[in-house]
Amino acid sequence: MRSFPAIAGAALLVTAAIVVPLLATEIPQGQRRSGYSFMTPDTQAMQNDDTANPGMLWVLDGEALWNNNTGALNKACADCHHDASASMRGVAAHYPAFDPTLERPVTLEQRINLCRVRHQQAPPLAYESRDLLALTAFVARQSRGLAIEAGADPQLAPFVAKGHELFMHRQGQLNFGCTNCHDDNWDKHLAGSAITQAQPTGYPLYRLEWQSLGSLERRLRACMTGIRAQPYDYGAPELVELELYLMTRARGLPVETPAVRP
Amino acid sequence: MASALINVPAKAKRGDIIEIKTLMSHIMETGYRRTATGELIPRDIITSFTCRYNGVEIFRADLFPAIAANPFITFFTVAAESGKFDFDWIGDNGFTESASASIAVE
Repeated sequence: MRSFPAIAGAALLVTAAIVVPLLATEIPQGQRRSGYSFMTPDTQAMQNDDTANPGMLWVLDGEALWNNNTGALNKACADCHHDASASMRGVAAHYPAFDPTLERPVTLEQRINLCRVRHQQAPPLAYESRDLLALTAFVARQSRGLAIEAGADPQLAPFVAKGHELFMHRQGQLNFGCTNCHDDNWDKHLAGSAITQAQPTGYPLYRLEWQSLGSLERRLRACMTGIRAQPYDYGAPELVELELYLMTRARGLPVETPAVRP
Repeated sequence: MASALINVPAKAKRGDIIEIKTLMSHIMETGYRRTATGELIPRDIITSFTCRYNGVEIFRADLFPAIAANPFITFFTVAAESGKFDFDWIGDNGFTESASASIAVE
């Protein structure tokens, strides 16, 4: 008699373990929403107005860096790419993109650093440094309003699949996968904050909590700390694959860089 | 690399109430935070902001550690005459920045 509730309890746990993974379903195309739509009108207004959006401070810095000669070759980005509003239009909407030399996808930040090393003979900029964020924001700003088209290159398919695997993979002390919140519970709240769908439409973006611009990798690492997992290092292949999967998942949504988020 | 974003209407009718928006790049370090090793991070904030309209001070604000990074200050004034707005930010560690914007009043 005494063992009956224990068995029933064990049976319930087993049922729960079976049921939970089945909940992980993709968000239908028609229901995909940018994090923008979850924000208050005040924060939306801040993003919409270029003179109120603090992300524009980095875009301005990035524009200066774009025209600034650097490296052993004393060349500026503008010397090869000329007017960014033409040459960089739509570029960020296709990132992360496949690099034939490295035979793997690279993020926009990594592309800027590769360009510095290969074509300017300049040292790579540190992840999350003001200069790298500024250049990335300036380049991505040229794609604002254009639909995200990342992941279309067939060479990227195995990396998108790996990113998807990571997105579904449970980890950390809380044993959550990204999907458990951002596919299954995006219409709910965690404490006072909207969970959102994890559509990376506006990176690098100004987060009020950070009081700074930050990359998608910073956001992913913060999420991993939140589920008490060991975050991957900046530039780790896992973070690039996750970014690639997320950008593929957000296909069709407009680029908002530099976005503002709470 | 400090920079400012200023939004002043380029044109206005005499007597119109106009909104002026300013955004200044600054970390606004409070002086209350510590590093991972326990050392205090010294205060580094903007302490004063002023706006002059054709040389006459029309707005002043004192800033304190509780103000967020990249202070966004907006205020209203009456468009009296064509001319120039001068903005000045002064802060810790000898921080000074200025910017200006012109307005045409009909």
